[in-house]
Amino acid sequence: MTTTLVFVEHNDGTCRRAALECLGAAASLGGDVVAVLCGPGSADAAARAGAHGAAKAVVLAGGDAFSPDAVAKDIAAVAQDLGATAFLAAATSRGKDLAPRVAAHLDSVLFSDCTALSNEGGALHATRPWLAGKAIAHCTSDGPVFCATTRVNSFPVNETGGAAEVSERPASTDGKVKVTGLAAKESGKLDVAEAPVVVSGGRGLKDPETFAILDELAAAFGNAAVGASRAVVDAGWRPHSEQVGQTGKVVSPNLYIAVGISGAIQHVAGMKTSGTIVAINKDADAPIFKLADYGIVGDALEVVPALTEAIKAVKAQG
Amino acid sequence: MKIVACIKRVPTTDAQAKITPDGKGLDAAGFQYMTSFYDEIAVEQAIRTKEALGGDVTVLTVGPTEASKEVRECIAKGADGGVILTDATWTGRDARATAKVLAAQLAAMGAEVAFFGKVATDRDNGAVGPMTATYLGWACVTDVVELELGADGGTAKRETESGVETVAFSLPAVLTCDKGLNEPRYAGLKGIMAAKKKPLEEVAFEDVPNQAQVARLELPAARAEGRIVGQGADAVPALIDALRNEAKVL
Ligand SMILES: Cc1cc2nc3c(=O)[nH]c(=O)nc-3n(C[C@H](O)[C@H](O)[C@H](O)COP(=O)(O)OP(=O)(O)OC[C@H]3O[C@@H](n4cnc5c(N)ncnc54)[C@H](O)[C@@H]3O)c2cc1C
Repeated sequence: MTTTLVFVEHNDGTCRRAALECLGAAASLGGDVVAVLCGPGSADAAARAGAHGAAKAVVLAGGDAFSPDAVAKDIAAVAQDLGATAFLAAATSRGKDLAPRVAAHLDSVLFSDCTALSNEGGALHATRPWLAGKAIAHCTSDGPVFCATTRVNSFPVNETGGAAEVSERPASTDGKVKVTGLAAKESGKLDVAEAPVVVSGGRGLKDPETFAILDELAAAFGNAAVGASRAVVDAGWRPHSEQVGQTGKVVSPNLYIAVGISGAIQHVAGMKTSGTIVAINKDADAPIFKLADYGIVGDALEVVPALTEAIKAVKAQG
Repeated sequence: MKIVACIKRVPTTDAQAKITPDGKGLDAAGFQYMTSFYDEIAVEQAIRTKEALGGDVTVLTVGPTEASKEVRECIAKGADGGVILTDATWTGRDARATAKVLAAQLAAMGAEVAFFGKVATDRDNGAVGPMTATYLGWACVTDVVELELGADGGTAKRETESGVETVAFSLPAVLTCDKGLNEPRYAGLKGIMAAKKKPLEEVAFEDVPNQAQVARLELPAARAEGRIVGQGADAVPALIDALRNEAKVL
């Protein structure tokens, strides 16, 4: 019988979408799903986890500043008390930071950034990219606990209804690492790794000022984030947090629009699993067109403003 | 301060994947190798730490004898020596086993701070740094983009989806490095010459068996053929139509 412990990340009680997807991923392993949460608002978030598939929730109560090493130790202790056979976290910055520590406490290997999970006759399988997705590995573990992180935008959010049976456990306070502050992003600004729509720009946008036409396109969508090629990040036009690719973020939005990006192998590695790919490039032979579902050959500085107006019109119709 | 930079020899980022006949591995024929992108940032930070606080820097890797090329390149930038935990099967060693082997070595060396890249660009796990720290009982901060380090601890910044986090930590510590933390230097001719005389040891270690097994490896499914919907701004209505009625993403 599988018992999967899921770290459910939330901001003051609002579950991250990636955490709800992770609960969806846990469902693909079968068996019981238990949520573990920490930080202010955990009780509210635990209730939401119940509506998305968690039968039980354990809240690490108290604790002052967030301490990843203390939380990881507590999560591992919860997993051991439950006799959990699997531990999952979403592959967000928090999840990617915690999961390896939890896995080490459980003396178990970790499969990071999985795109699928399955239970094949009791053997748990992880599907995950190697070489930034140039190859796909199907892995199993003979370790004590199957530990994995789940890629954002790769698993469904299940609306199961239901309520989790919530219990509390005192949080450890002896961490050697403490988060002491957060300079929050502009509110409503989506991260490129989480957004359902990504509009990315490259050197073809000419300069940092004209690149801003992509900010307008993203704003017209409402649910879009701006991404960038390494060329424009290295040139200082955009921050590294927006870089898509093998040495940036791997993204998998429903819609990816590549503007003035040639489609180098290292860029493609970071976006090729996107749902629908659109390319706008003035060179009809640009490699990005080989990957794109839809392409427009043309000057970005003409096409993008027209596209922004068209998207505004679509959104205005509702 | 006893400073260590942990690096991995990985295929270059333009490598094409080909699957071996048994369907479980990557065909390495034709691969060229490099120090993993983020590990170069780790090496740079290790050298800067020595420059600021004193001490010495050792470049450490689990890898084949051939990794002496990458280790020497890193030493040439200003490290004092290198250690290869010799492992011909290094790419096949799982994250837990690698972390246990590194933890034992770091403890034996009396390391006080170990810099890692945030992820190795071959297996993309991002797990070895924080797992090593956990096995050692050390502090760990991942994905560091800014660092202030003193004799007993420091403060680091890391980029998250919600903004930039400030994190305080004590030493000894593992710090995994993200792009933005520094701009790695190039080795000068003097450094390259000096590196040839610096100690590079190959060390045998007690094996830790893998837990992870590869059941099968495959190439990603090819995407369906796309099409050019038109030229210039005039093509926008055709694109909107395709996104709405075919792809159904609007
Ligand atoms: C170790 C390593 C890691 C790397 N990691 C990454 C990574 O993570 N992410 C990444 O993106 N790259 C990465 N790269 C770099 C990658 O190889 C390419 O150099 C980079 O992606 C190119 O960026 P670009 O497409 O913006 O620029 P270019 O290749 O210069 O392409 C610009 C494109 O814009 C088009 N264009 C020009 N003017 C216009 C116009 N007016 N309208 C429309 N189109 C126009 C051109 O036709 C061209 O196709 C990495 C490279 C290395 C060696």
